[in-house]
Amino acid sequence: MAYLNASKPDNDDGSLRPIGWALLAVTLLGFASICSLLVGPVAVDLGTAWAALFAFDSEDTAQIVVRELRLPRTLLAIAAGACLAAAGSITQGVTRNPLGGPGILGINAGAAFAMVTAIHGLNILTPKGYVWFAFLGAVAAGTLVYGVARVGPGGITPVKLALAGAVLTALLSAWTSTLLLLDEETLDEARFWLAGSLTGRGTEEIRLLFPLILVAVGAALLLGSSLNTLSLGDEAATSLGQRVGVVRLWSGLVSVVLAASAVAIAGPIAFVGLAVPHIARSLVGPDYRWITVLGLLFGPSLLLMADILGRIVVSPQELQVGIVTSLVGAPFLIFLVRSKRLAEL
Amino acid sequence: MRPEAITAPSPVTLAVLVVSIVAVAVLISFTAVLEPSPRSLRTKRLSMLVDLRVVRLCGGASALLVLLTLLGLEIGEYPIPRFQAISTAFWDRAGEYSFVVNSLRFPRVVTAVLAGFCLASSGALFQTLLNNPLVSPDVIGINTGAALCAVFVLAIGADVGLLPWAAFAGAVVTAGTIYLLAWKKGITGNRLVLVGIGINALLASGITYLMVKFPIEQVLAAARWQAGSLFGASWSDAWTLTVAIACLTPPAWILVRRLRLIQLGDDMASSLGLRVERERTAIILVASGYAAVAVAVIGPLGFVALLVPHIVRLVAGPLTGGTLVLTGVVGALFLLACDLIAQQLFAPTTLPVGVITAALGGPYFLFILVRYNRAP
Repeated sequence: MAYLNASKPDNDDGSLRPIGWALLAVTLLGFASICSLLVGPVAVDLGTAWAALFAFDSEDTAQIVVRELRLPRTLLAIAAGACLAAAGSITQGVTRNPLGGPGILGINAGAAFAMVTAIHGLNILTPKGYVWFAFLGAVAAGTLVYGVARVGPGGITPVKLALAGAVLTALLSAWTSTLLLLDEETLDEARFWLAGSLTGRGTEEIRLLFPLILVAVGAALLLGSSLNTLSLGDEAATSLGQRVGVVRLWSGLVSVVLAASAVAIAGPIAFVGLAVPHIARSLVGPDYRWITVLGLLFGPSLLLMADILGRIVVSPQELQVGIVTSLVGAPFLIFLVRSKRLAEL
Repeated sequence: MRPEAITAPSPVTLAVLVVSIVAVAVLISFTAVLEPSPRSLRTKRLSMLVDLRVVRLCGGASALLVLLTLLGLEIGEYPIPRFQAISTAFWDRAGEYSFVVNSLRFPRVVTAVLAGFCLASSGALFQTLLNNPLVSPDVIGINTGAALCAVFVLAIGADVGLLPWAAFAGAVVTAGTIYLLAWKKGITGNRLVLVGIGINALLASGITYLMVKFPIEQVLAAARWQAGSLFGASWSDAWTLTVAIACLTPPAWILVRRLRLIQLGDDMASSLGLRVERERTAIILVASGYAAVAVAVIGPLGFVALLVPHIVRLVAGPLTGGTLVLTGVVGALFLLACDLIAQQLFAPTTLPVGVITAALGGPYFLFILVRYNRAP
């Protein structure tokens, strides 16, 4: 296949593998989306789902279920999954830390704290109201963690970043649990959100944040080649003419915005941002352009599958998607830690 | 409870609080100037090196602890004439205020002291063993393991008497699981930490599930316990802690000496004749035991195990038998002070003590982190 090199100049190692994987990922995403429309307590067949989307009949219960409940939920999962995966791959790239992820930066904890404060202090009870609070809390927490980690010589190092994130998370979750404790109504309102859930939300959150997400995802795709240079190490990157500080700043900004959007629309969801970049890296190698692209496709699929799993396992009840991703993701993290590649960390 | 229930603290309370925090900071920075003065202590069969500085620090901290204990007996929601509480507690036990002092305040103060001792000792052992200032039972999931079992007991509405046992079982099983999963031809500190963080996340999602699944009344009790509170501490809690400390402290003392050898590195330690894995297992068991018993009694309280060993290390240097005791005493001091603040700050509303430990501990830790980062 050597002659393909010439025809694909933008593909550095000359193999078609990344494109193949991308096609597979698109197929997987399509399959998962369709399953997400069909699976649940009310069984829906393919024809009904098709009709619900394109020839909506407001008399048919099954069609209403698809259009009013499952479609918004599927869209939420796709948006949140894409944001989380892109945020994770940028974080891992910029911190050169295989354990980088939105959870580590304290972003989830910041969003949770701001959200609970909004419900408790300002009595804001609609998702449309508190989505911005969650977003701002996430951005503030992420910025603070990056800020603390930037202090001192050497700039942001993986260890400093992880330490700052862990401490901020511990602090904010203690304050969150206090607020929950002071007020039973807030606890009742917030506990489902805090579990990371896709149910009972409209598409309003996505509509509010959509422009921002679009810009951030675009920026994430553009950052890929800079991250590749950065992964050579600061000195090599500087000598190749890269302004390391600027790239770090932009990457930090984009990853914080992405993670904040995800937590604002779907609640704190763990491990998707951590796991997806690793899966992508094991498939296409260390090229961050492809890792981001594949991540954007795999992230939604993973979140959709976790959501579907949550609907099936304790049917007719549901397991919140954040719980499912933790249950699946934590063993993955442990596997990662035990594997050889992380041994030198 | 709606937010209106909380009244702003009076200016006097705030002033006292600020002054005492400043005083503590000054004291800490003052003690850092003390020169180390090692003296060797020899009897016929035993010879040991005693750092007089650590002894002085221990003495000072213990004196402060006694003062604070007396203060803890004196102040509270129910008004008692000055010094009446102390006399009721120690010699006039059948006095007018016997119930308030001997059944409410005294056990609470003693429980705070003992639990603080346990948490701080546990944190000191973990941090030294794994050579990482961020490792404490609250970070690697041992507290969460205890909490999961306890929340389960609370959420299904079972007998509250089972709570300490469930928490203890949860902590020990979690510690064992983390240890086994981190085992791969031996244990390395980093792997243990990362496995611990993973397990922590897993257990936390388990708690979240229980919180979502059960009705709100039962969930509220669980949430209250989870914040870490000394409310309702009884003499039996204090006894549990006393027995645990009596069982765990002698092995901790013996193990600390070997811990310093392990710190030289596994290769060095085993060439000095130490069976590293066996010692490490023993230390983890002792440290988890300390954490488990404290969590079982007062809930998964954060930051004491993280913060106190850190401060003591700044002041008194690396962990030895002496500094281990000092860490315990400072932990007791810290938890007791936090509990008093929690009771007084928004009086008559009392906050769970975990809120205060987090409020004081979190910013301090971020500050330390910035300072560390600034140093090359």
